Amino acid sequence: MKIQKNGRVFFFLIALVFTSSTLLANIDLYEFSSEANQARYKELTKELRCPKCQNQDIADSNAPIAEDMRREVHRLLEAGQDDRTIVSFMVDRFGEFVSYKPKVKPATYLLWYGPWALLILGIVIIVFMAGRRASKQNTETSDEFTQEVKEKQDKAEQSALLDQHEQVEKLLSRFKDD
Amino acid sequence: MNKRLVFLTPLAIALGLGLILFTAIGKDPTKLETARLNDPIPAFNLKSLADKSKEFSEKDFIGKVSLLNVWATWCPSCRVEHGYLNTLADQGIRIIGLNYKDEREAALTWLKNLGNPYELTIYDPHGKLGFDLGVYGAPETYLVDQYGVVRYRHVGIIDDKIWNGTLKPLIEKYSPSTVKIQPKLQAK
Repeated sequence: MKIQKNGRVFFFLIALVFTSSTLLANIDLYEFSSEANQARYKELTKELRCPKCQNQDIADSNAPIAEDMRREVHRLLEAGQDDRTIVSFMVDRFGEFVSYKPKVKPATYLLWYGPWALLILGIVIIVFMAGRRASKQNTETSDEFTQEVKEKQDKAEQSALLDQHEQVEKLLSRFKDD
Repeated sequence: MNKRLVFLTPLAIALGLGLILFTAIGKDPTKLETARLNDPIPAFNLKSLADKSKEFSEKDFIGKVSLLNVWATWCPSCRVEHGYLNTLADQGIRIIGLNYKDEREAALTWLKNLGNPYELTIYDPHGKLGFDLGVYGAPETYLVDQYGVVRYRHVGIIDDKIWNGTLKPLIEKYSPSTVKIQPKLQAK
């Protein structure tokens, strides 16, 4: 009997280990008319940012305003609104800030295109520098080549001259003998 | 010449980015843009705090420039600014209260004890109008012109600095020229 009781306590403690405060933070329960709606709810509450606790999405936050926003997302979903309408409903009230995917407009161009522009610029610089290095190496090797050729030519000329010299010497010595 | 360009481009980019980021230093990230700026007050029908049988709507804003002050008894900063709101009301500024996510009894007691600066107080226990306005905390104060259009939002308490530096000039700007703020105000 005593062992059984201890066992229960033990299992209770084990269960406690798996209960986290983050699970407790978000306790509102909503019923959905379809599984698709539930999936969209999950998606949308991750895409919307809590205006109060700024680096959390509304799914993650237990601020009262996030709670209200989740309630509204659920209400609009069940009323048959599409995702874009729901997001713009929130943006109308709390500003572009609440959307983790802000609209593409002049004020957000830097945000959307900035990284791509930097990437492209980086590639251009790398290509440019690599091209320069390659052409420099090419000119160096061709220089070496011409030098070699020149040396060979010089040597050939020298040896030719030497040969001539020797032949002349030989001829001269013959005349001397005679 | 080209070599100089290669070295100067990253430098120019770094300086440009630095400048952009530098301008953001000191900006309070908790102060958000006001989505409702230059929009009319959202339509609503809510009961009066003092009188359950009375209902207010967006039409109650029309006719005179007013401050819409969002407050609640659970909000400590609201207590801090309450005295200042009383002095503004004494000077003839029209202040409309939005009792936000609060309990009627507690709110009425608060007004009885601390004084009532509000010409009328809208009772919004579920934060409905608050949500439509984009209220994300209290206190918040909106400047609404005589046509019921939101012209400014201040998040946080109202004090001398905010009043004299921002709100008073804006109220004067949006007030019809015939209605001048009482001279008592300037003397202060």
